Amino acid sequence: MSKIEIRNIYKIFGPQPNQVLSMVQNGADKEQVLEETGHTVGLDNVSLSIEEGEIFVCMGLSGSGKSTLIRHINRLIDPTAGQVLVNDVDVLSLDDKEILEFRKKTMSMVFQRFGLFPHKTIIENVAYGLEIQEVPEDKRKEIAQGQIDAVGLQGFENQYPAQLSGGMQQRVGLARALATDPQILLMDEAFSALDPLIRSEMQSQLVDLQSKLKKTIVFITHDLDESLKLGDHIGILNGGRLVQVGRPEDIILNPADDYVKAFVKDVNRSKVLRAKTVMTKIDKFDTSGINPSSTYKYDEDTFIEDLIPRVLKNRSTIEVINKAGTTTGYISSEELSEALTQTN
Amino acid sequence: MIRKILTYFTFPIFFVWLLVISYNSSKRKPDSVMELFTDLSWLYDWPKWLDIPLMKWINDGFKVFNEKYGIYFEVINDFLLGAILSLKKFLIVLPWPVVIGLVVAVVFFSSGRKIGTTVFVGFCTFFIGFLHPKFWDKAIETTSIMIIGIIICIIIGIPLGIAMSRNNKVRNAILPVLELMQTIPSFCYLIPGIMLFGLGAVPAIIATVIYAVPPLVRLTDLGITLVDTEVIEAAEAFGASPKQKLLGVQLPLALPNIMQGINQCTMMALAMVVIASMIGTRGLGDEVLLGLQQLNVGKATEAGLAIVLLAIVLDRITQAYGKRIQDRNKPPE
Repeated sequence: MSKIEIRNIYKIFGPQPNQVLSMVQNGADKEQVLEETGHTVGLDNVSLSIEEGEIFVCMGLSGSGKSTLIRHINRLIDPTAGQVLVNDVDVLSLDDKEILEFRKKTMSMVFQRFGLFPHKTIIENVAYGLEIQEVPEDKRKEIAQGQIDAVGLQGFENQYPAQLSGGMQQRVGLARALATDPQILLMDEAFSALDPLIRSEMQSQLVDLQSKLKKTIVFITHDLDESLKLGDHIGILNGGRLVQVGRPEDIILNPADDYVKAFVKDVNRSKVLRAKTVMTKIDKFDTSGINPSSTYKYDEDTFIEDLIPRVLKNRSTIEVINKAGTTTGYISSEELSEALTQTN
Repeated sequence: MIRKILTYFTFPIFFVWLLVISYNSSKRKPDSVMELFTDLSWLYDWPKWLDIPLMKWINDGFKVFNEKYGIYFEVINDFLLGAILSLKKFLIVLPWPVVIGLVVAVVFFSSGRKIGTTVFVGFCTFFIGFLHPKFWDKAIETTSIMIIGIIICIIIGIPLGIAMSRNNKVRNAILPVLELMQTIPSFCYLIPGIMLFGLGAVPAIIATVIYAVPPLVRLTDLGITLVDTEVIEAAEAFGASPKQKLLGVQLPLALPNIMQGINQCTMMALAMVVIASMIGTRGLGDEVLLGLQQLNVGKATEAGLAIVLLAIVLDRITQAYGKRIQDRNKPPE
């Protein structure tokens, strides 16, 4: 069973969402509903399952409903119709008290504009989740200090958020979210407000942390490069509808519609495609032409960006090996050029 | 749907009922209703019978109210009077340099140890007595009334503001009442105040509260509403209960606005205390009134200046504290 299961969620904003629901269920789109009833469709029949330990990236432009979607998982927003299951528990069936417990225990959230408490010091901010859980003060200070060290903010414990730069503030946001040791991390455009250099640094830091922590992360972004870099799976939203879900390669190689196509058009494929996706399988490859002295072995998960110089320089062939070390396929200049020029 | 029909029907019916009542209760109406249709002269000047007997209703109601519940007001009266008198006694018994010292200490700490402000306020306090030795005790009397008034304002105003910020229905119900309280001329409630509580300090306090509480309610509401939604969401996402959210996040972040509200409240209370001298409230306002009655420009000006000085002192104390919190909460550039 998946960690998070979203089933046929509809969210309609406006005075009488239930009356508009049937119209949306019958296939009316966002513009039509807005024009006829004045209601805004936030989400339109979205179903998703997110596996334990993966980074699921939810991507879409502003207004596509991605921030609305993530708020359904911890029920900051109630859906008009549909079901949200977390650890097989129907989140919507929880009463007021249970929902608070559920938020405390299972998940925490990181925000686009950080959502730090301006009246609390950094260490108090990081310890906030624990304070809500009524963890004794010295215990929570200790845990918070550990998280502050983990994100590299030693020495700033007693400063206020306003005294820190954007990147540092988001590190505090991340540390605060991790301090309660949640199973699920919800990140709402967490890096979008940062400048590109710091953003890329934070992305790497998140990937590093994730390799150790193995949390289930739901990450919202409008930046395709970011979603390709972070996501194990990517869901693309457009106008409240989920248009495609898949692994980064699937999205790049087989975009579901024009909207996704327009998105992936300018992507640097060599940074997304991995050796195993572009190779020719060992049984289909004509090995007679290979010059053994210019063959190089690479792991199947290598991005082809790393292979290109090798192949170009001395016309060599790449032998793709799996984790066990056995050869699974080959890549020559032919496979590379095909992978890089493929237009859908 | 049903509501709409009700609105369509109830208001016209209510209006007609008012017309009939006013007509029937009027002493100067035509002998018969038919005359209204034959003699149209009532269309030129506003007819005497077209008059809601509101005055009679209120007077009768107030009389009954006073007879029935007057006893409770006496209890309130005794309590408030006791509070004012003991505060006043305490401040008057203290030697004046000690009072100045107290004020200076409060300003020093509330302003975050700003020497300039502290010295300035210290001199202002000194000058109140320096203007006229008699003013010192009067100023203390005025301050006592105000302090009690402001405490009542805080007890009433902040919870009301919180209730407003949480519920739109409550807000829609309270807003017109606040507007009424601010626009209705203060003499209109000074008089019933006298009838309920007698002359003196207590009706002044009631009037002060009515006049000064609206800005505090509004600014508390505004302050809470203005707290960044993402910060609120952050608290919610960590499972904060409504109480934890209010006490731990919303109120602390609304504090600069609430302090502004208390500041406004203080200034309006001071203005009211001067007006209240007309119903026999003793204090600095008393001196202004005396100056006016004797056409003694110098005396009135002196007393007026003393009030300004008192205003400056109170303003600095409340402002300084609010500003200090605001500086800390300032978002990053």
